[in-house]
Amino acid sequence: MHPIIKLVSQRLALGFLLLFGASALIFGLTEALPGDAAQAVLGQAATPEALANLREEMGLNRPALTRYFEWLGGIVQGDLGQSLTNKLDIAESIGSRLGNTLFLAFWAAVVSVPLAIFLGLLAVRYRNRWPDKLISAVTLTTISIPEFLIGYVLVYFVAVKLGLFSPLAMINDSMSFWQKLNSIALPVIVLTLVVLAHMMRMTRAAILNVMQSAYVETAELKGLSNFQVIYRHAFPNAVAPIVNVVMLNLAYLVVGVVVVEVVFVYPGMGQYLVDHVTKRDVPVVLACGVIFAAIYIGLNMIADIVAILANPRLRHPK
Amino acid sequence: MKNIPISAMIGLAFTALYFIIALLAPLLAPYGMAEVVGDVWEPSSSQFWLGTDNIGRDLLSRMIYGGRTTIFIATVATILSFVTGSILGFLAAVLGGWADQVMSRMVDLIMSIPTLIFALVVLAMVPVTIPVLILVMGLLDSTRVYRLARAVAVDIAVMDYVEAARLRGEGQAWVIFREILPNALSPLVAELGLRFIFMVLFVSTLSFLGLGVQPPLADWGGIVKENKDGIVYGIGAALYPAVAIATLAISVNLVADWVLNRTTSLKGGRG
Amino acid sequence: MTEALLKVRDLKIGATVYPPGEKPHDIEIVHGVSFDLAPGKVLGLIGESGAGKSTIGLASMAYGRGGVEITGGEVWVNGRDILKTSHGDIRKLRGGEVTYVSQSAAASFNPAKKIMDQVVEAAVEQKKFSRKEAEGRARELFAKLGLPDPDNIGERYPHQVSGGQLQRCMTALALCPEPDLVVFDEPTTALDVTTQIDVLMAIKEAIADTGVAALYITHDLAVVAQVSDDIMVLRMGNTVEYGNTDQIINNPQEEYTKALVSVRSIEHEEKKPTPEAVLSVDGITARYKGLNFDVLHNVNVELHPGQTLAVVGESGSGKSTLARVITGLLPPRDGEITFAGRKLSGDLKGRTREDLRELQMIYQMADVAMNPRQTVGTIIGRPLEFYFNMRGAEKRKRIIELLDEIELGEKFMDRYPAELSGGQKQRVCIARSLAAKPKMIICDEVTSALDPLVADGILKLLLDLQKIEDVAYLFITHDLATVRAISDSIAVMYQGRVVRYGPKSQVLSPPFDDYTDLLLSSVPEMHLGWLEEVVAHRKMESAGN
Repeated sequence: MHPIIKLVSQRLALGFLLLFGASALIFGLTEALPGDAAQAVLGQAATPEALANLREEMGLNRPALTRYFEWLGGIVQGDLGQSLTNKLDIAESIGSRLGNTLFLAFWAAVVSVPLAIFLGLLAVRYRNRWPDKLISAVTLTTISIPEFLIGYVLVYFVAVKLGLFSPLAMINDSMSFWQKLNSIALPVIVLTLVVLAHMMRMTRAAILNVMQSAYVETAELKGLSNFQVIYRHAFPNAVAPIVNVVMLNLAYLVVGVVVVEVVFVYPGMGQYLVDHVTKRDVPVVLACGVIFAAIYIGLNMIADIVAILANPRLRHPK
Repeated sequence: MKNIPISAMIGLAFTALYFIIALLAPLLAPYGMAEVVGDVWEPSSSQFWLGTDNIGRDLLSRMIYGGRTTIFIATVATILSFVTGSILGFLAAVLGGWADQVMSRMVDLIMSIPTLIFALVVLAMVPVTIPVLILVMGLLDSTRVYRLARAVAVDIAVMDYVEAARLRGEGQAWVIFREILPNALSPLVAELGLRFIFMVLFVSTLSFLGLGVQPPLADWGGIVKENKDGIVYGIGAALYPAVAIATLAISVNLVADWVLNRTTSLKGGRG
Repeated sequence: MTEALLKVRDLKIGATVYPPGEKPHDIEIVHGVSFDLAPGKVLGLIGESGAGKSTIGLASMAYGRGGVEITGGEVWVNGRDILKTSHGDIRKLRGGEVTYVSQSAAASFNPAKKIMDQVVEAAVEQKKFSRKEAEGRARELFAKLGLPDPDNIGERYPHQVSGGQLQRCMTALALCPEPDLVVFDEPTTALDVTTQIDVLMAIKEAIADTGVAALYITHDLAVVAQVSDDIMVLRMGNTVEYGNTDQIINNPQEEYTKALVSVRSIEHEEKKPTPEAVLSVDGITARYKGLNFDVLHNVNVELHPGQTLAVVGESGSGKSTLARVITGLLPPRDGEITFAGRKLSGDLKGRTREDLRELQMIYQMADVAMNPRQTVGTIIGRPLEFYFNMRGAEKRKRIIELLDEIELGEKFMDRYPAELSGGQKQRVCIARSLAAKPKMIICDEVTSALDPLVADGILKLLLDLQKIEDVAYLFITHDLATVRAISDSIAVMYQGRVVRYGPKSQVLSPPFDDYTDLLLSSVPEMHLGWLEEVVAHRKMESAGN
């Protein structure tokens, strides 16, 4: 078998194994920790009889393993169970919210990825000179402030003081595409700032690593122009690490979304998750947790697979 | 100590300042932490340097006490994360074999779930108290320390000087404490700074989401949560923690950078 | 005299250094070097590490690596000063008039592109040839350089050919655009000796056939003597001596040059084997965990007290594995080891402290063989403490004795390894092993990482110490000159087997087996015409067969 197919399928298998493991871990936590769904519904003051009755009713007395596989089987078929607090079908509630979250993350990626790569290139081009130092100082600052505070700083200065964009990111289906974009402008900027620093720094390191390699020196000593050196020799080798960086940061972005949605009261998955954590609605938390973990694991897996595919040693074996 | 660059000097000074304020909070704060002393969202004045908060408490006092809580939780969680992570990491590196495999795969699994999501799942089920927060944050973060400690120790364990010690017949204790540990310390200390910053950001985020430090206790993330509604009316009370967190984080970063540079210098240059 | 192709006048080169914890500052690394090179001639630049030879080579392409900058002087190529010419003109110069062959072809080829694309790139880009012409030329060069399957090798990726082949491809890359001058920067240093000789001959013939001029940079005077017309000896950025090859090799004027010429001429009279051996290795077969083949096959050797057994072979011959088996780091699958009259456990854990004390080891890389956080005193003192329970003044006295024996002295006691030079580090490692009062020391390539003169010093020291301490050495090396200098008996290893074994005089005298013959004849010798003699000898042999 071609080694690349073997490696990619191994990585895919590992991804699914991790996914399975992560779901088991999350489910197992709800079992291992004190308190359960019945306790959560009735509160700390519940009588033991009431608890026992509710447990019976919810099927919590059956073995954990049985319930785990039932739950997992449900997820695979798109059945995420029922919310404890409002008795609504979780899959239905999540449906549109997941769409909103991905809409937000998508636009944040559209803005931040090209910008980060451009800034990374700029920092390499002017390495150790002022543009590099400026970019590095600004990104160090944005790394040092939690995302919710960047959100409020922007709301305060941009939305309130300057009157640009809306401080809240309400969207609904009746809005036109442009209205939606206008509505999510601030959260997109926040998310961009949050991932930009990491992505730009990692891109800079990846490009520098390639630019300092001996084969780039060889290309320079062939009398090629700067553009030719970068386009023909540096770029083909830098693509894989950059794609890798981008994927890792998109995974990071998915988590950043949770907090930013709360700041802007955006009707997405993150807001939904935080609300139900506060309400101790275990089935919803489980479902959201597994979905976030799946997206995260999936993006990390894509990052690794891209790296495998881009490796010339693996693509053209001896 | 005379060769400290200016940036590290500034970093050290600010970091020390924050820790001193945290320690002496009751002496420095002009008012009590939960004491209502004025009107809602009063602007800054000679009486209330930073103004008052959403229910009329002195914001400067809240910030000082809040810093105390945030720094305390972050420090203890960092220590927990470090002790657990580095002991397990070193053990995995020295023992190798199945012990290493079991621990490393477990860490891979925990790290495959984003830390914040993991923390939210756990906090949905247990009562949110400060010890629980510290435990959850410290243990989740120890996975990162574990990876670093293991990687550093594995790198050192294959060095010829460690092999030379084994060939001499030295015991496991000598190898870990006299050969590996002194050389692993510097990268770990630099990481300590970064982990501490991460903890500050983490506990602030949790408090902001209402799942961290519970009122009336003050902490920086909580102050943002309490005062965020003022922002729409142009009241910036919620933004002071941003300044505090950012300056603390940058100062610690500067110190960590310096420690890391000093580490690399041992390999190359003289002295 | 014809007009010089390359004329360098008072070349000064500086670099910015970034010492950690200090402000970056500029230092000068080449202090005013001048030379001329006529068309079609070869100038050898020779020196130890830090001599500035690569930097000077690259300056002839107006190129500074890293933070290196040309700060003064003139570099004339084809009648114009390239330090004052336009950017566009420099691009025409690089890859057109002057080309470059680096030490590591493996790193210098772009891993993502086919060899042919990279070989013809400069020629096509400089508009010297059409793509088709350039490819034809490349195939001719591949054939001339002795590459297998010259018509198709260009279609492969760099990782698909061997190191020696890639080094020849790099030479083809440099010659393809028909340059006036090629800079060869240590082109054979990374290769095994038996590979080196073929690549060296290929380069020499290619230079002769194409009539190109060359700057040949190396640390090995014997190598440069084979290919160059003139030689310049450099040391720490200064010219030590500059003259034609014959004069430099046969009639050197400066002390430093004389030392370089006479390096590795240590004489050592072979000792007769004693009745009983301190170490005997019987039928050792070994493999690494996870591999399904043996790396050592039925190895039998003996070492006599106070004598030296040299184990010689190229990379992959199994010589270092043998050392790991003897030390107990790799338990053998079969066979046994007898040491000082007792049978040694195959596993390190089964050995007594006395076994460990009497069998010491010195490593190739002294930098990583010492804990950077311990002082020299601690490093040498630990075995004294550990094996002899020495403490305080007694220990200190013994450490000073040992420091004197390795010619360093008491003042080194409180220094850290980072404060020592390469040679000093290796001396400290020697003292550490002597501190255990061993019967035998395994020396694993202990001089390979050192400059030749420093290496010579270490070998002399080891020989002197052998007389004083009556210790036996198992000396592992790939370098036959070292073997001649130090051994009493020799084991030649090839692909995990001992192919020739016996007293030095016997192993090094004919009749030889094929491999030993190849190995012996591949070691560059410090006289003119050696390369041609060897190649002629080999052609005759293959014709005779």
